[in-house]
Amino acid sequence: MSRHTKKRIFNIIIMVFAGIAAILFLMPTVLTIANSFMTSNEITANYGAMIGNMTDDKKTFISENVNLKFIPDKVTFDQYAGVLLKSPDYLLKFWNSVILTVPITVFQVLLAILTAYGFSRYPNKFKSIIFFAYIILLIMPYQVTLVPNFLVADFIKDNAASIVSAAPDMIADKVNKSISNMRWAVILPGIFSPFSIFLLTKVMKRIPVSYVEAAKLDGASELQILARIHVPLCKGAIVSIAMLVFIDYWNMVEQPLVLMKDADLHPLSVFLSQINAGDIGLAFAVGTVYMIPTILMFLYGEDYLIEGITYSGGIKG
Amino acid sequence: MKKKNSQCGRRGERVFSNVCVLPSFIGVLIFFLIPFCIVIYYSLINNPISAQFVGLDNFRRLFQTVAFRKAAANTAAFSLISVPLAVIISLWLATLLERNIPYKSVIRTFFLSPIMVPTASVVLVWQVLFHNHGTINQLLETFGFSGVDWMKSSYGQLIIIVMFLWKNVGYNMILFMSALAAVPRDILEVAELEGAGKIYQFFHIKLRYLSPTLLFVLILSMINSFKIFREVYLLTGDYPYDKMYMLQHFMNNTFNSLDYQKLSSAAVLFSLVMIVIIAILLIAEEIFGKDVES
Repeated sequence: MSRHTKKRIFNIIIMVFAGIAAILFLMPTVLTIANSFMTSNEITANYGAMIGNMTDDKKTFISENVNLKFIPDKVTFDQYAGVLLKSPDYLLKFWNSVILTVPITVFQVLLAILTAYGFSRYPNKFKSIIFFAYIILLIMPYQVTLVPNFLVADFIKDNAASIVSAAPDMIADKVNKSISNMRWAVILPGIFSPFSIFLLTKVMKRIPVSYVEAAKLDGASELQILARIHVPLCKGAIVSIAMLVFIDYWNMVEQPLVLMKDADLHPLSVFLSQINAGDIGLAFAVGTVYMIPTILMFLYGEDYLIEGITYSGGIKG
Repeated sequence: MKKKNSQCGRRGERVFSNVCVLPSFIGVLIFFLIPFCIVIYYSLINNPISAQFVGLDNFRRLFQTVAFRKAAANTAAFSLISVPLAVIISLWLATLLERNIPYKSVIRTFFLSPIMVPTASVVLVWQVLFHNHGTINQLLETFGFSGVDWMKSSYGQLIIIVMFLWKNVGYNMILFMSALAAVPRDILEVAELEGAGKIYQFFHIKLRYLSPTLLFVLILSMINSFKIFREVYLLTGDYPYDKMYMLQHFMNNTFNSLDYQKLSSAAVLFSLVMIVIIAILLIAEEIFGKDVES
């Protein structure tokens, strides 16, 4: 056998091995989606054992085993209809996720464009100290950062009433209402989290000085340089960073759990775990609906995502 | 007047670039830095009202709390096992995918897919897999082993390790793949000509060029390993089995009881531990990767 064929056979063996591992990685996602198309009866038959409080006569029909099924006997949209029509609760929680995640993503990235520009132009000692502080902040786990966040939220909540009381009643009422829902306590620290700044600064620093010089010779102002050179050149990076931020906050659990007392306002990422065991079928459908935004992003922007991940590598770079 | 270099613009431009940083800096000051100073202060006083300086008493009290010790030990044990596993598996996968194998990009996409899937969406599948009468136990029983009650025993750690690897390996793998692609080809070719084997090439050449990435992936995996509370919470709720009681569970309970002193000292302690670990890693990387970095 020639060396070349040997190598090819070896590559195919590796492919089979890596392929099997890769399929296992995809499994939980595929299973969730596949199970969301089952009828309620099929769900009960398969997962009945997970439902704790069932009447005994019903139990006799169900094996005590939990069977993970791959392909539904009959494809239906019953569960989805159930989500849409019978349980508006889930839709509400989905909306809760949207109004937390979207403002964080949009404003964190917009702020990062401005700040990264500031960091990448005219470096000085203060800026590098601030940047270093941002890196330290980024490596701190939630167990550290949530405590300061909690203190600020508490302080603002306690003092807001006295500040807005000077305003006309109608405005004061509105402000008080939006303060008491505590969404801002999750959103504001999210906006100021330096993750995007850290990544975007690294990308902007790579822009050749000659581009900026040329623009300046043509009489461009700093703001124009930002808008006409930095933003267009970093478009790909901005998209990929926005995706990473969105994914991260779409999946958040810790922050709402600590900072928002009212469980009705929790995002779906927290609420899904509390779905009653009797609603397993619905839970598969809701879980599938919840992954639609991120899956779509993945399908349309996988290359951006990979680019974004690559930027994040290397603290020193 | 001094001669200006090309990065030194007019005064107005320099001021503008500083102003750009300002909004973010003010936000970080308000939401992170100033309150963190208050956290440090809280960790050193007896209570916010009488505000007497008590030295390290709060830390002593923290260590005497059984729940804290358990949470810290569980979290440390989990991180010590799962972080090296995440690094090794993802590096290994990256070296496999470095080869010119068929369907490479499809395989890469599959490994990457868990990043996109919110943990909450798939948590039911994990519950079914690890249920007492679930898929894994059934498999074990067909092969003649007796199953274990995963969620309610010490094996619970294994579930969260699997979930952690599932979620994080893809991201790390991408980082390693891009770092592997950046290893200078000419050095590898010379090594090949001089008869160095693949294994020698990997450990003596590639790994040294990978060392900054290795460091980054280590730190990243460590930070992510402290987020494992998420998986545990979604799987088992507020009160998990003993071995799955994590630091974040302890923090949540302390938040609920509003014990600021305990919270603050836990946060301060944890931040110190993080800084020490990362400093050690940075120094180690400095020594290990010294001669290949430009």
